[in-house]
Amino acid sequence: MADITQDLPIAVEGPPPHSSGVFGWLRANLFNSVFNSILTLLCAALLAFAIPPVIRWGLIDAIWSAPNGQACHGAGACWAFIGEKFRFILFGFFPVAETWRPIAVVVVFLLMILAACDRRLRGRRLAMVWIVGLCAVFALMRGGFLGMSRVETEQWSGLPLTLILAIVSMLFGFPFGVLLGLGRRSRLPAVRVICIGYIELVRGVPLITMLFMASLMLPLFLPAGMTIDKLLRAEVAFILFAGAYLAEVVRGGLQAIPRGQVEAADALGLSYVQRTRLIVLPQALAMVIPPLVNTFIGIFKATALVIIISLFDLLTTAETALSDVNWQGFYVEAYVFVGVIYWSFCFFMSRYSQLLEREFNRGRRR
Amino acid sequence: MSESASAPMIELQSVHKWYGDFHVLRDINLQVGKGEKVVVCGPSGSGKSTMIRCINRLEEHQQGRILVAGIELTADVKNIEAIRREVGMVFQQFNLFPHLTVLQNLMLAPIWVRKTPKREAEETARYYLERVRIPDQADKYPGQLSGGQQQRVAIARSLCMKPEIMLFDEPTSALDPEMIKEVLDVMIQLAEEGMTMVCVTHEMGFARTVADMMVFMDRGEVVERAPPKDFFASPKNDRTKAFLSQILAH
Repeated sequence: MADITQDLPIAVEGPPPHSSGVFGWLRANLFNSVFNSILTLLCAALLAFAIPPVIRWGLIDAIWSAPNGQACHGAGACWAFIGEKFRFILFGFFPVAETWRPIAVVVVFLLMILAACDRRLRGRRLAMVWIVGLCAVFALMRGGFLGMSRVETEQWSGLPLTLILAIVSMLFGFPFGVLLGLGRRSRLPAVRVICIGYIELVRGVPLITMLFMASLMLPLFLPAGMTIDKLLRAEVAFILFAGAYLAEVVRGGLQAIPRGQVEAADALGLSYVQRTRLIVLPQALAMVIPPLVNTFIGIFKATALVIIISLFDLLTTAETALSDVNWQGFYVEAYVFVGVIYWSFCFFMSRYSQLLEREFNRGRRR
Repeated sequence: MSESASAPMIELQSVHKWYGDFHVLRDINLQVGKGEKVVVCGPSGSGKSTMIRCINRLEEHQQGRILVAGIELTADVKNIEAIRREVGMVFQQFNLFPHLTVLQNLMLAPIWVRKTPKREAEETARYYLERVRIPDQADKYPGQLSGGQQQRVAIARSLCMKPEIMLFDEPTSALDPEMIKEVLDVMIQLAEEGMTMVCVTHEMGFARTVADMMVFMDRGEVVERAPPKDFFASPKNDRTKAFLSQILAH
């Protein structure tokens, strides 16, 4: 049959015009209906209206160096202020002569984060890297050996303080939250009641209150002469707080596990601990990665509340820098600067969680 | 044969269970000898699933005694875990672990419960995958398999624990019709090799082929028990007759 029709002409149809290439894309995505065309034009107008002034302020009219604040007030941003206060905003009251130490701390943190992204370093090895990293961070900050002067926690400030507060409270708050979440679903009434009581109590109280209690009230209950480091007290408050919030996220995941999974594990003879570790948690946690990261980002930014108990985190050092009489009125520059730093860490967490999600949900995709 | 071999593998002695006020199991007495195959049938809600789930303590009985492989089921976790090691179970919904590959599903319990070395566990797993005729799916995830394949993996997963007894809780009820046979074939093969089996199923053809004993349950009681030949040819109880005429009508 093919031979018979071979020589007969048939109409050859090309693709419709502009279905591919730049015009095709524009048409399909931005101008595919009257309403969308109007929206596209409106957005374009808005961007055209908003972007040039920002660029003019931030780049073209910006002043990059100035001897003092008076010489720096112009139409644009005064990045000279950031240049002048750079060290203070990032590292606060850490002794100037020892600035290399907080720099090293930030580098160690970044290396730890990088290690977490490497797929070859999973599980036990990554845990080792992080334990060593955290020890290095504390050794570098505290000093008192190898010729490094001792720096008390009162002087820890800026970015290293924010990172320490955030990362340690996540690191300890997460397992605590998992235990609380499991406890809330325990078959033992006592465990369940304690967990519910704890979660509801901590979640119902503002974090500021907990920080206040940790820094002002706790010392009242301690025997005279006994003091606990203020940073440690704040850290504990953060861990307790993070645990309660994370517990509810974890519980959401636990509830989504079908009963059959638990029954199958039981029927195979796995113990409660084995079942929880090997079957329930891996599935439950993979399911709640988005809300987990949501909570982590919340905790990261909540560390800024330590200003209440006069610890100088990144946001507080920036605000302190603003109070210099020689450099007054550069609020926008200061907040943009710290805002970008906060944003980069939070954005990283968000991207990292997407990586984890893809990895953990491999089995769910067909 | 020694005395222990002739003792029943499973023994239920006047077992009762209630869900709140609802009496799901009423005075169940059942004995299953080594190598014996018992098929349990009955209308839905008759308590047959509950009964089979009591045998490995997925459900708790409130009165009477249950002995499995000579061990009595009590609240003692040690006993429960000991019994679960010897009793494999296959569920209606397969209940494979979706976050693990087929091979990992099979190796998990031998490694963690039996403390089998990893290499040996993998050999066993591959052997049983061969036996259920899906050796080439070892590295896939359960979600990538058909229902029939998943159920065969579930059977292999139980067998990897080298159980003395296999419980089947409506193993073909969630399957598309064209996949039922492949699962039943595996079960028939298992029966022929002398496995002690208790199956809750409505597959009467399968029951005729493998069962040593048919048990009919209704409203929480064992209404009738008989070898399949008598059970199908001359059921004694009216409820059994009614049920069989329903199920064999087409």
